[in-house]
Formats: sequence, structure tokens, C-alpha cells
Amino acid sequence: MLKLNDVSITFNEGTPDEKKALQSVDLELEKGEFVTVIGSNGAGKSTLMNVVSGSLIPDVGDVTIDDKHVVHLPEYKRAGFIGRVFQDPMAGTAPSMTIEENLAMAYSRDKKRKLIPGVTKKRREMYREYLDSLNLGLEDRLNAKVGLLSGGERQALSLLMATFTEPHILLLDEHTAALDPSRAELITEITADVVKKFELTTLMVTHNMQQALDLGDRLIMMDKGQIIFDVSGEEKQELTIKNLLDEFHRIRGKQIESDRAVLG
Amino acid sequence: MLISLFGAVESGVIYALMALGVYLSFRILHFPDLTVDGSFVTGAGVAGVAIVGGMSPILATLLGAFAGFIAGCITGVLHTKGKINALLAGILMMIALYSINLRLMGQPTVSMLNESTLFTQIKSWWVASGFDAFFNNIVLSLGVERFSGTWLVFTVMVILTLMVKVFLDYFLKTEVGLALRATGDNQKMIRSLSANTDGLIIIGIGISNGLVALSGALVGQYGGFANVNMGIGMIVIGLASVIIGEALFGKRTIIIATLAVIGGAIVYRIVVTMALRVDFLDSGDMKLITAVLVIAALVAPRMIQARKEKKRRLRKKAELLQRKEGEVHSA
Repeated sequence: MLKLNDVSITFNEGTPDEKKALQSVDLELEKGEFVTVIGSNGAGKSTLMNVVSGSLIPDVGDVTIDDKHVVHLPEYKRAGFIGRVFQDPMAGTAPSMTIEENLAMAYSRDKKRKLIPGVTKKRREMYREYLDSLNLGLEDRLNAKVGLLSGGERQALSLLMATFTEPHILLLDEHTAALDPSRAELITEITADVVKKFELTTLMVTHNMQQALDLGDRLIMMDKGQIIFDVSGEEKQELTIKNLLDEFHRIRGKQIESDRAVLG
Repeated sequence: MLISLFGAVESGVIYALMALGVYLSFRILHFPDLTVDGSFVTGAGVAGVAIVGGMSPILATLLGAFAGFIAGCITGVLHTKGKINALLAGILMMIALYSINLRLMGQPTVSMLNESTLFTQIKSWWVASGFDAFFNNIVLSLGVERFSGTWLVFTVMVILTLMVKVFLDYFLKTEVGLALRATGDNQKMIRSLSANTDGLIIIGIGISNGLVALSGALVGQYGGFANVNMGIGMIVIGLASVIIGEALFGKRTIIIATLAVIGGAIVYRIVVTMALRVDFLDSGDMKLITAVLVIAALVAPRMIQARKEKKRRLRKKAELLQRKEGEVHSA
């Protein structure tokens, strides 16, 4: 389904700020697989997402989706089959437009946009049904401007907009990080539901280890632009946060270093 | 008085098309596009030259609008592909158009006084129809002073402007139109929904300047000439119309907002006409009047809002106080 082959990308090459954001990353996702990605800041998680979505072009390496080479396909063209939810709840929706207009824009994601009305009676019913599945009461506020919604509601809407056209790949970029714990939990639940419902191939970045363990059927850990740990199946189900941390320290031997940072 | 007022409304409706164009770039795309000062003349000049050259006025008008569309597209390309700041891209296009317009027209002024224009063509039919007498009788029966002007320009322009408005309302609700609006609202988001934002900005600024040039072509035929300097300050007039309209008539939905812009264009002309009738003001003060007007339209709604808010808070406070007193009494 999604395949990254020997992907490398370096920022500010040849300057003191040089950063190897991805180093020869290989990753393959089966159809319907739900992979969670963890790692410290600067590990390359977001870069990985951006390489898949097309907002970054890798220096070397290949990205294929459905056996199609997409490395040089611009972001907006790839977006036809990639759904994406950002960390910032404000980023995924157009605030001065109504809920139904936002859904209409998401609806035409995988089609050619035409000079026909984006909201019709028939489509409105469809949008209403999708909103109904969120259980947030948004189905009665189709004509409300999205800017009036709370962060949690906007994120739920973004999630719905990213998924209901059943994209080939779903990218979730710390999409619950900016929400309060109860809203984050709600969005997490909705995420699990929709991914299951539409059987979406999903890549989810998170800083919340518990969330990374609870969701998905495979987990990868990144550090310094490399995938250093990759578990799936039963092994993943039995994983705990402590295991994860131990594993991280075993691989990187960073215990001393981080202790020094805390004490220093 | 009535006649000058009527003239103000008339030119207000003609300039309303230009204001709708400015609304599209300024409000929908959030693109402060200064191409307007140039593309307005392009519309008038191209239509003028074509009419003098013997082209049918309708085709000449459309050609003028199309020339403006192309100019706008180039500004869009400069901004999106050349990564030039929006303001600067507009300014560059505006000064480039000054020379281009001179080239197109061949001379600073193209006169259409003895040519058959859109308005003179409809005129013969209009006179035969007897609409003028009809409208004038209505005015007379309303008890206003005797009025004998022609309603031709006014009627034609109202119909044309409303047609453009309805077209724009419809367009902005289509799939493409929604993507265009989102491009002004949240570019990152609509790009993640597979819209080519660069293309939409280019088309959007193109349509905006197409409308401006259409307005220019009509203003040229209305006045009987196209002049290379007639576009100076056009962007400010457009902005004034948009801002005054929104302040007076609201902007809750697209349909209301476009109507408000047309209203704003008319109100702007009326206010300027009235102001110029004041003894100590002359036509050189027009720009100052415009500036003051725009400032008022920007500041006044906020002040009214603040005042309402203050009243509301005082009322709440009073209510609270009353309730407390009630509790004291009952205790």
C-alpha cells in the first residue's frame, strides 16, 4: 500500500544547522494497517509525515502508494488519496465557511472540482448522516460557521473530513495533542472507530505513549531520523510504557545522557 | 439636487461591478490587489479602441473585460509562481499596465463620443419603449420635483450588475467556488483537500480584474472616452465601497455581502456627491472625503459594538445589584 524505500532528507546541508531529518528510512504498510509512530522531538516523525503527504520532497529515496511512484507528485495532487489531520485544530477547517461547506470541500477531494453546487439537498443529507456518527450534535448546525466551534468539535470535523471519502492513506499528525484530556479521549475514540469502519491504512504520530499502545496494530519508534523499533501483532498488544522506555534506552543507551540533562 | 443625486446613483451602479471585483480579491482571497488601478483603464481602453475600430459594442466590452482578466492572471502568476509579495505583485502589474494601456490606446485619450456604444445602441430601442415616461410618472406621482432624465443607463446597469451578482453568488457556492473561498480562508487546509491553490489564486485574481475591466469598459462608454489616468485611485474607491457596504448592510452570507458591496458603491457615490455640494469643499478634496469615509466605515461599527457591549455589562451589573438587594430585604 504505502512504501518508503531508502528515504533520506537533510535540512540546511553544509551549514552548522545541518540536520539529518531522515536517514535511509524503509517502511512498508499493508492495506488497512494502523501504525502509530512515537519518538522524541526532532526524531523525524513530522518529516516522515511530510514526505508521505508531499509537502516535503526527499533528497533521495522513493515513495510509492498503491505501486504508484508519488515522490514528485505535488502535495495537492497526492491529497486526492491522502487524508490528513493536523495537530492544530484550526488548521484542518476553513473558519469563515459553514460546516456543510467544509464537508462539501472534503467531498470533492478525490474528484475533479466542477462548476456545480457543492451543497445540494441530496448531499446535505449525506453530510448530516456522517456528522450524526460523531454524536456531537453538529448535524443540527450545518449552517454554523466553523469558526464558532470549539477546538474539540473542529478537530472531530477535521477527522471526519479527512476520512469519509475513504482515502488510501490517512495521516494523523499528533491530532489530539492540542486538546484537553477528555476531548483528546473522544477524538481518540472517534479515530479508532473511523479507521475501523473505513479500513483505512493509517500512519499516526503521537507523543502520548499510552495512545500509541492503545491504538493501532503496529508501533514504530523513531530517533535521529531512523526507525529504531518496530513491533506489531501480539507483541505490540503486550507492550507497556515501561517496556517501551526500556527498549528505547537499550537501543540508544541514552539513560546517562538524559539524567545529566535533568540534573544539569 | 435630485438630478445630481440620480447621477450619483447611476455611476454608483456602474462602479459597483468594479467593487465586486475588489470584493473578490480583497475579501474572498484576502489578496490586497492593486492591479485594479491599471486593469480598469485596460478595460476602458481596449473597449474604446475596439469600438473606434468598428467592433460591435457588446463584443468590445467583453474584449475589454477579457483583457482585464488576463492582466489579473499575470498578477496571480507573479504572486504564486514568482513568489512575489501580493502587494508588490499588484503594484508592479499596475505600473506595467500604465505603459501597456498607453500602447494599446496609442494616445492618452480615446474618444467614443461619435461612436455607437453599448448605451447609444440600446437607446433607440429604449426611447421607443416609453419606459422613461413610465418611470418619470412614478417619480412624479411620489410627489418629488419634476424629473425628466433618462433611465436608460440606470436600468441597464442595474440589470447587468444584478446579473453579475447572481453569477458570482452561484459561482462562490460551486465546488470550484468553495475551494476558491477556502484558499483565502485556510490555504493549508484546502491544499490538503487536493485543491491547486496556485491555480485558484490566479483564476480568482483574473476574474476579479475581469470585473474591474468590465466596469472600466462601461464607464468609458458612459463618459464617451477612455483616458490613461482614469484608473487612478480606483482601488481605494473599490475598497471604500466594500467596507462601507459591509458596515451598513452586513456580510453574514455571500448573498448579503455581494448585495452590500453594490449598496456600498452607491452610498459612496451619494456621500461624495453630497459632500461636494458643501460650499468649502471642491473636487480636489474628493480623495480626502474618500479617506475619511473609509476610516469612518472601519471605526464606527467597532465603536457601536463597544458601546452596546458596555451597555449590556451595565445592565447586568444593575440586575445583579437588584437581586442582591432583594435578598437583603427578604432576609
